[in-house]
Amino acid sequence: MTTTSHTSTDGTPGAPAAPAGAVVLRASGLTKSFAGHTVLADVDLELRAGQVLGLVGENGAGKSTLMKILAGVHSPDAGTVEIGGETVTFSHPVQAQQAGLSTVFQEFNLLPERTVAENVYLGREPRRRGLVDVERMQRDTDELLAGLGVTGLRAGQRVRTLSVAEQQLVEIAKAVSYDARVIQMDEPTAALAEHEVELLYSVIARLTARGVAIVYVSHRLKEIFDLCDTITVLKDGRQVTTRPATDLDDAELVRLMVGRSISSFFPDPLPGTEVGEPLLELRGAGNGYVDGVDLTLRAGEVVGIAGLQGSGRTELLEAVFGVRPLTRGTMRIGGHDVRPRSPRAAIRAGLAMVTEDRKATGLALNQTILDNALGVVRAVFPRRTGAARRELPGLLSSLEVSARAMDQEVQFLSGGNQQKVVLARWLTTEPRVVLMDEPTRGIDVGAKHSIYELMRALAARGVAVLMVSSELPEVIGMSDRIVVMRDGRVAGELPAGSTEEQVLQVATGVTGEASA
Amino acid sequence: MSTLLRRGTPLTSTGIVLVLLALSLVVGFVLTAVEGRNFLSSGNISALLTGISILGFIAIGQTLVILVGSLDLSVPYVVSLVSVLAAGTMAGQDGNVLPAVLLALAVAAVIGLVNGAIVAYLGVHGFIATLGTGLVVSGYLATNYQGSHGSAPRSFRLVGATQVGPVPLSTLILLGCAVLVVLMLRRTRVGHHLYAVGGNREVARLSGIRTSVPVLVAHTLSSVLAALAGLLLLARLSVGSPTIGSQGDYDLMSIAAVVLGGTLLAGGKGNVVGTLAGVAIFSVLDNVMGVMGVSAFLQDVVRGLVIVVAVAVYARREIDRRPARFERPTGLDAALQEAK
Repeated sequence: MTTTSHTSTDGTPGAPAAPAGAVVLRASGLTKSFAGHTVLADVDLELRAGQVLGLVGENGAGKSTLMKILAGVHSPDAGTVEIGGETVTFSHPVQAQQAGLSTVFQEFNLLPERTVAENVYLGREPRRRGLVDVERMQRDTDELLAGLGVTGLRAGQRVRTLSVAEQQLVEIAKAVSYDARVIQMDEPTAALAEHEVELLYSVIARLTARGVAIVYVSHRLKEIFDLCDTITVLKDGRQVTTRPATDLDDAELVRLMVGRSISSFFPDPLPGTEVGEPLLELRGAGNGYVDGVDLTLRAGEVVGIAGLQGSGRTELLEAVFGVRPLTRGTMRIGGHDVRPRSPRAAIRAGLAMVTEDRKATGLALNQTILDNALGVVRAVFPRRTGAARRELPGLLSSLEVSARAMDQEVQFLSGGNQQKVVLARWLTTEPRVVLMDEPTRGIDVGAKHSIYELMRALAARGVAVLMVSSELPEVIGMSDRIVVMRDGRVAGELPAGSTEEQVLQVATGVTGEASA
Repeated sequence: MSTLLRRGTPLTSTGIVLVLLALSLVVGFVLTAVEGRNFLSSGNISALLTGISILGFIAIGQTLVILVGSLDLSVPYVVSLVSVLAAGTMAGQDGNVLPAVLLALAVAAVIGLVNGAIVAYLGVHGFIATLGTGLVVSGYLATNYQGSHGSAPRSFRLVGATQVGPVPLSTLILLGCAVLVVLMLRRTRVGHHLYAVGGNREVARLSGIRTSVPVLVAHTLSSVLAALAGLLLLARLSVGSPTIGSQGDYDLMSIAAVVLGGTLLAGGKGNVVGTLAGVAIFSVLDNVMGVMGVSAFLQDVVRGLVIVVAVAVYARREIDRRPARFERPTGLDAALQEAK
């Protein structure tokens, strides 16, 4: 067994790696509820040194809450956590890190304007004679990175200049620098390209060889089976099962996660939905971010755009919507040549766009439901405001927004209800084409389902829906056609019912051209 | 700092400011020569450096406050308060200089601590917090002091008059302070944490940093540095004045110098070298326009344009961090890309 190649910064020798097989983390009876809604009920975990535990479940199954409890972000309502045999309670994430449990969240806790070393040792910079020992900090960081088998990343680089994969390695290095005995990783491959995933695998292999235990959260089943010794399945906040990975296979795991067949989770097109004339046509469209895009979107269609992060999915929607206007090619809306130079022009032409980040760009959080829902109509179609105002209660109740009143500020709503307000905001403009960027990100399963149903209902009314999503099951389950992007271009188009593997092949361009 | 043009490394914001400063020096040299004067005469150099020092102290402090994500609008009133307090305490006696200076610095430190505490513990943004404390001090001054007050003894006036060659003593003190602050930012934990809190308070908190400490330190140092500026003004003018700070527009001019120096107004990125270059650019502009006999109003117009254009350039660099993939950048874009 190798020990870590560095010493911890406070001068004490690095905690010795636990002997292989000893239990390093044990959680029992963890329970948590928010505002009376139980999100985690009586969950037990046991993790041995050098082991990888896969934590799987749909979004909203309680994975994030479980991770956050272990990481010290939330305190459990009931249950205990033991690390290395000692019962611990955390009131602050740093306490969890000092106890040997670090977490690499999907949203990185990094300062983009600071260097790799400054980020790794943030809050516990090594000192010599009272001053920060920058040279040692850089040296230690380089050693940490080398110990992880990472090359081509230097301690002095500014984090802003790094790729997502490199930033993730910085987070992992930070976790290791705390002499972590357990590292949790939340969807670590969500934003990585294929070769970067292999690098992550090799980093994980090095960590487990040192006796570090890993909690690995992912919805990519292949990775779960590649990496994990044990798999815990969560569903609706409850632990469905914990079994050795060898006792499970893909189909069984999906059945346990979903608890129902996927086809019923994603509603079918409503009867009477007709695919009509083209509403949005792009020919050779491009700007600085996307190029040579040919795309036809017809009335009544739901088309999904898949692709890795950074493949230009969001940028394509932004180009169509005039956020980053197209500079080349032609664009037609409902048969008329239009190339919107601004979102305002796009909205006038009949487009609507549900943005990726509802808190930053979708809503004015400290304004009321009413003001948010009427925000776009008031600004762009002032004469329609009165009618929209009258129809709003009906629209909101058809969206099943659970709010006490329309004068409630949207910041107090749940993510799902906020997203429904975003949709109301756009539906009041009576759009012909609705662009949706990650329409179900961070919302619970119930709200997801009603957004899926809304998409089908829009299609049935002859609206065209163009959806970007990182969740492949969602793209596959909802799309009549799947457009796959890679490096800012359309890499291929796949029919409904394609498999995740087919989509990923086109998205990564790894094997063959599966374009149909 | 070593952000000068290394071959192949893109230019940083500080690099741009230094280039801009060099450019303004060249233009200043040429324009002054056209007027038949020598820009580099020791008299003019000393005038340039004198012009830098007052605003320099205040802008260094303002840099710290802005880096940590706050603002300090109370500096002009601290300058005035220090000027009258110290002048009153000195009352023309050499023996009173030390107590007067200590009193002035202590009072300023308390004001800074109060500013920092309001920002850190009450969650009031620095803009409002220091606007408030500034008004309080300003009201106190208006109530208790009319016209000039007290006087500085000769020994203290020497601080403002002494020169080492063409370099005024005040400039050397300023550089000393700048070196200490740079050292603090680069080599102390509180300096690193200042960037962290200004960059992202939540990330700093999750990393176990007590986020109030850098805020308190930055505000306290800002006030103390403003007090040094006040003392220097007293040494030059030999009497205290309750309006000397507000006449200098030191609040907004220091913010302008900081931003001109490439520090992000939102905090978390920037440095003192850039700020000093920003102050120097203003000094060169004033100097050249003074030589050319440009009217005071036009001088303000030029300063205003410089600030707006410089910040517009930075803003452009910040707006879009997702690099374009397909288009050859236009001329300006290419220059900006180069500068990144």
